[in-house]
Amino acid sequence: MIRPLAAEVDRDHRFPEEAVRSAAASGLMGVLIPREYGGAGLDALAFAICIEELAQACASTAVIVDVHTSVGTEPILLFGDEEQKKRWLPQLASGELLGAFALTEPASGSDAASLKTTARRDGNSYVLNGTKVFITNIGHAGLYVVFARTGPDERAAGVTAFLVPAGTAGLRVGQVFDKMGLNGSPTGELVLEDVGVPVANRLGAEGKGFVVAMRALDSGRIGISGQGLGIAQAAVDEARALMRERGHEQGDDFTLADMATRVESARLLAYQAAWLCSRSRPFTREASMAKLHCTDTAMQVTIDALQIAGEEGARAGSPFERHMRDAKALQIYEGSNQVQRFVIARELVNIG
Amino acid sequence: MDFDFSAEQVAIRDTIRELVQDRVAPRAAEIDQTGEYPKDIERLFADNGILGIPFPEEYGGISGSSVTICMGIEEIAKACASSSLILAVQALGSYPILVAGSEEQKKRLCPPLAAGDKVAAYALSEPGSGSDAAAMKTRATKHGSEYVLNGTKQFITHGSIAGTLVVFAQTDAKEDHRGISAFVLERETSPWKVEKLEHKLGIRGSPTAQIVLEDVKVPAANRLGEEGAGFKIALAVLDRSRPGIGAQALGIAEGAFAYALNYVKERQQFGQAIASFQGIQFMLADIATQIEASRHLVYQAATKVDSKAPDLTKVAAMAKLFASDMAMTVTTDCVQLLGGYGYISDYPVERMMRDAKITQIYEGTNQIQRVVIARALLR
Repeated sequence: MIRPLAAEVDRDHRFPEEAVRSAAASGLMGVLIPREYGGAGLDALAFAICIEELAQACASTAVIVDVHTSVGTEPILLFGDEEQKKRWLPQLASGELLGAFALTEPASGSDAASLKTTARRDGNSYVLNGTKVFITNIGHAGLYVVFARTGPDERAAGVTAFLVPAGTAGLRVGQVFDKMGLNGSPTGELVLEDVGVPVANRLGAEGKGFVVAMRALDSGRIGISGQGLGIAQAAVDEARALMRERGHEQGDDFTLADMATRVESARLLAYQAAWLCSRSRPFTREASMAKLHCTDTAMQVTIDALQIAGEEGARAGSPFERHMRDAKALQIYEGSNQVQRFVIARELVNIG
Repeated sequence: MDFDFSAEQVAIRDTIRELVQDRVAPRAAEIDQTGEYPKDIERLFADNGILGIPFPEEYGGISGSSVTICMGIEEIAKACASSSLILAVQALGSYPILVAGSEEQKKRLCPPLAAGDKVAAYALSEPGSGSDAAAMKTRATKHGSEYVLNGTKQFITHGSIAGTLVVFAQTDAKEDHRGISAFVLERETSPWKVEKLEHKLGIRGSPTAQIVLEDVKVPAANRLGEEGAGFKIALAVLDRSRPGIGAQALGIAEGAFAYALNYVKERQQFGQAIASFQGIQFMLADIATQIEASRHLVYQAATKVDSKAPDLTKVAAMAKLFASDMAMTVTTDCVQLLGGYGYISDYPVERMMRDAKITQIYEGTNQIQRVVIARALLR
């Protein structure tokens, strides 16, 4: 159902509507949402495996579902009040609403705490102004989790999270980017011009937004690890199939052995982080290690698989070249791998 | 080692550098997006003598030195890998004539190529014969004073736009690589058919063609060397052209690094340029070191080509292998240095990363380079 669309979605830069619908029909959009809110009520490990399976078939579909399920939904799941959960989670679980996460700004990437978007209190509402960038699911999302500055602190302690439904006056899509890969997953700017958001849509207390963002990104990293695993596994499987069909020599055999070994080790790391998360144990360090290792593995393995395939693999439309283009994004988004190294080192050296 | 470039070579490089900055760099993104061959840049190179670099003066050129060719390819590839192939493939397609042609053939065939009136191409690979070139199926049958060629050639860079095409074909059905001969096809008299053009991951402005030869008649006077000498010619040509692919990879990496270095100095996060972070600085140090090492290996190999050194096969393969692997790693890291901006088409580094991949594959995959190097070591 989803795999046959992957090449076309990439070629035409098309949102895979039918793939997302079929994911929704299988309950994948609500995998982490408790049953009482219409979800499947599964844990982080099940989530990682779902994203891995999707990414094996179509990385664009995987990132759409991943962002929806983790950073698009979990902030409500973890920090929403009962009314917010009842209002939004069932629609997110069914896939009726697609979630998105709007933290990054043009001048605020790795340094997320420096974000400039403002939220000014005005009676029972806030008025939001600013520009968000590199927003996955842009234009297709029904609900954006938006981080804005309510002050007075100018760093993390002044940030608040809001739920902003698509269609709210003043909210519009800016530039949608042409990218190297993940072409079925739209990425772009979200522009907020005097966007009125009721107080009821504030997620958590004022000044607690940065905590929401960081916690969401911790689980988000498990999803990205799943994406990396899926893409890498697909590259291994395609290289293996090609070698069986075409014949192979020891040089490529050794490369394939290294590829498969890397993927296997990355998988264990990712599942460990997911397992810790699902047991409510600390998992920040493990999630960062998993994201770093799974995505670096995906990059290396997809480059190696394309090398095994040779010039045929570099043809547009070949899964080999697509996997390589798709993999690169994973080393960058939801905390670049430099940020992951920073987090891991901080945990090791400063925390314990 | 400090390469002893002559004043003339430096002058040629500086001319190219200036032309590329003024005329090629501004077009690189568009060439990639449209996937159209930049005929105007071919003309620019022809008018400025750049396409004469692969040829000695007696054949209408200005150099003939592999070092000079590499300097030119490197400069162009810094801005536009697709455009760098205009020079690189002019060299590749002409080497068979320069390496194995008779004096008459060189005098007749080279001047229009050196002047840039014609584009050269090199047709060795076939659908069923990539790394195993000796398995080729294209046949050349002799009829009186001409040969008749039949077969299909695959992944032929510039095969669609070339006026002169060097084709390798079997002249003896019983033989394997010992039955391969080399022929020069001129489009006006020996027309070939372009079956299709590839859409590719990178170097999109450089047309890659599948070519079909159906009873194409070639005068025996256009056979290079003896019958059966083709495979040796093909290998001798690849020995000489591989430093050029190394130079292309080097240029792509340098172009990406120059952009990324500037970016990390400008980009502010946490109240400072991201270049002030040691994690970024170590990446910069590694990238620059890898580029420097590759540059030395590439020019070492080119120098060996020019001096016909006995170990040129091994060193040329090493240069191609090392520089192209380096370019893949370095461009991937340069995209990383730009973060999200590196991944979108508004910035040049994602194109450079896509362009880098093919340098690990063509003119002998890097697996083949390793085979060549190992064979030289174990001989």
